[in-house]
Amino acid sequence: MLQIENLHVCVEDQPILNGLSLEINAGQVHAIMGPNGSGKSTLAQVLAGRDDYKVTQGSITFYGKNLLEMQPEERAHLGLFLAFQYPTEIPGVNNAYLLKAALNAQRAARNEQEVDAFEFMNLIKNKMEMMQIPKTFLNRSVNEGFSGGEKKRNEILQMLTLEPSLAILDETDSGLDVDALRIVADGVNNLRSPERSLILVTHYERLLELVVPDFVHVLAGGRIVKSGDRDLARYLDEHGYDWVQTEVSAQ
Amino acid sequence: MAATNSKAIDGLVQGKYRYGFVTDIEQDTIAPGLDEEVIRLISKKKGEPKFLTDWRIKAYHQWLTMTEPNWAHVRYQPIDYQSISYYAAPKNADDGPKSLDEVDPKLLETYEKLGIPLHERARLAGVAVDAVFDSVSVATTFKEKLAGAGVIFCPFSEAVREYPDLVEQYLGSVVPLRDNFFASLNSAVFSDGSFVYVPKGVRCPMELSTYFRINAANTGQFERTLIIADEDSHVSYLEGCTAPMRDENQLHAAVVELIALKNAEIKYSTVQNWYPGNEEGVGGIYNFVTKRGDCRGNNSKISWTQVETGSAITWKYPSCILRGDNSTGEFYSVAVVNNFQQADTGTKMIHIGKNTRSTILSKGISAGHGQNTYRGLVRMMPSAKGARNYTQCDSLLLGDQCGAHTFPYVESRQHTAKVEHEATTSKISEDQLFYCRQRGLSEENAINMIVNGFCREVFKELPMEFAVEAQNLLNVSLEGSVG
Repeated sequence: MLQIENLHVCVEDQPILNGLSLEINAGQVHAIMGPNGSGKSTLAQVLAGRDDYKVTQGSITFYGKNLLEMQPEERAHLGLFLAFQYPTEIPGVNNAYLLKAALNAQRAARNEQEVDAFEFMNLIKNKMEMMQIPKTFLNRSVNEGFSGGEKKRNEILQMLTLEPSLAILDETDSGLDVDALRIVADGVNNLRSPERSLILVTHYERLLELVVPDFVHVLAGGRIVKSGDRDLARYLDEHGYDWVQTEVSAQ
Repeated sequence: MAATNSKAIDGLVQGKYRYGFVTDIEQDTIAPGLDEEVIRLISKKKGEPKFLTDWRIKAYHQWLTMTEPNWAHVRYQPIDYQSISYYAAPKNADDGPKSLDEVDPKLLETYEKLGIPLHERARLAGVAVDAVFDSVSVATTFKEKLAGAGVIFCPFSEAVREYPDLVEQYLGSVVPLRDNFFASLNSAVFSDGSFVYVPKGVRCPMELSTYFRINAANTGQFERTLIIADEDSHVSYLEGCTAPMRDENQLHAAVVELIALKNAEIKYSTVQNWYPGNEEGVGGIYNFVTKRGDCRGNNSKISWTQVETGSAITWKYPSCILRGDNSTGEFYSVAVVNNFQQADTGTKMIHIGKNTRSTILSKGISAGHGQNTYRGLVRMMPSAKGARNYTQCDSLLLGDQCGAHTFPYVESRQHTAKVEHEATTSKISEDQLFYCRQRGLSEENAINMIVNGFCREVFKELPMEFAVEAQNLLNVSLEGSVG
């Protein structure tokens, strides 16, 4: 589904990713872990098409297409979704309106029938219950005045509604209390299927106890320096990232 | 972002002014130029009573002593007032159409193009339309239904003939003939406009609506609108404006006067889409307008809502004189400038009565090389005990060649009066755009959504059918503005 090869990325001439390679197949859940500043969020933003990041080398292929040539919305239409670490506020734009417009933009791009307001409400009803989001939420401006936890739950509601084939969760777990983390994890697990893939960008192991990954990768110095299964995440949780850093500099 | 750029440019090319057609119709025009004779001729063509002719002449002599205001934050070549024709009317309009059947089919076609079919759709929409084409009011629908309720809604010139006493009593009582340069000019040469009288205790059974259109070349449009809401009455009035695309600038200097007596309420909504000029700033309408409402009675209310997307230059300050105790004034505004448009707009709230309240909510959007200015005055007179004002001015910038300016003036001579002012200036953020696009919206739709969100508090003040039009208009006005 997704092939990243030898990816080099700069931000304002500062190299952040230095030859990252990763292959993700349908149905897999990959966790990307690593210390602060290792390039985790950069990877998420580059995949989604943020243009502050300059790709200087390497390639990304998504469903056989060159992802780097696509506009952010074209990537979304192909099924790529990013749950933002810091979801932005859009004053005056109703939460439900944005979500319905997004859903219909994606459906139109795929030549599918657009949904009307009634169908839309039916569609999101259960998902809202699952995320424990009250109805009044829909009429509020996008992310305006939302608590940290509400913003993250809203991201997952959007994900569940848009049903992406590849979802990237950028530190969705950070700042959540235990209950909120469980709600978010339930939502994510609900989306798992043999056709869908997930990239969980995270700092901590605790999300991975609830959403069990097939692969865990450690990012350091802009490259994947170690890959393993969920046990690697547990080991990191116990021993921290220092040993990884040491291994990298030893190389 | 090269792909986006070219898409944005396509949008610019396609997003041309949609109302830029010219209707080929025989016009009865007075030769360009202005002197006392021209004014007498206008007055005579309209069969006006002596008081009005005299009033015009007085205004003209007043105007001759005045100079054009130069304090606004707008720039333009001097206007040659002698090169303008002050009267243009479709030829057969001399004796005025008696019904829609008598209206020139070409005119009706024009209104079809504008999306205001006088016949059916208006009736379905329940909107009574008075359409002003250049200088003459073409047809007023729904007269009968309104007459049943006792509401007078007719072309101004008809009101002069049919209700001269009302006209004489109220004309110039809010905007005096010596008020300002453009108002005095209007008082001298005004050709037509709308007249509304809502009698005591009547809630006008439908929205009243006027469409203005400048069609003839080299003409100015000087319409005059007078709305009187008698005690305990209520009326909502909508006005829309368009003009053909022309390379030369055209002057539009209107005067609108509103009078609300005791417990009366007037809601006045404008969607102004005069031709703004082309992408290089050539042509377009100079929209120099004086609009003022007088809350003459206690507990009266006047509410202005305007969406200004058109015109090369906009100079207008719909204002409220809060004379009656407990009276309320409101001003809700969205002003958009793109390309080389300039807008200097805002309001004046003059608090005279006790416990008078006013709310000002101004949203300015600047794109391209546009310059957008909010200019507002809140004045608390010594008599305005317990008066309150709340002002909020927000500016949104799209791109880095445009400008937003805010000039709020506050004068308080009453220590119990409260004045609050908030102002923000923001740029449409990359984060917001990226967020929307990541969810699958095109860049253009994302901008439209964010800008519409910015304007939402104002749009919700518009009557339903206008809110949708305003939203679409905004989208068209900003096409190609980012890329």
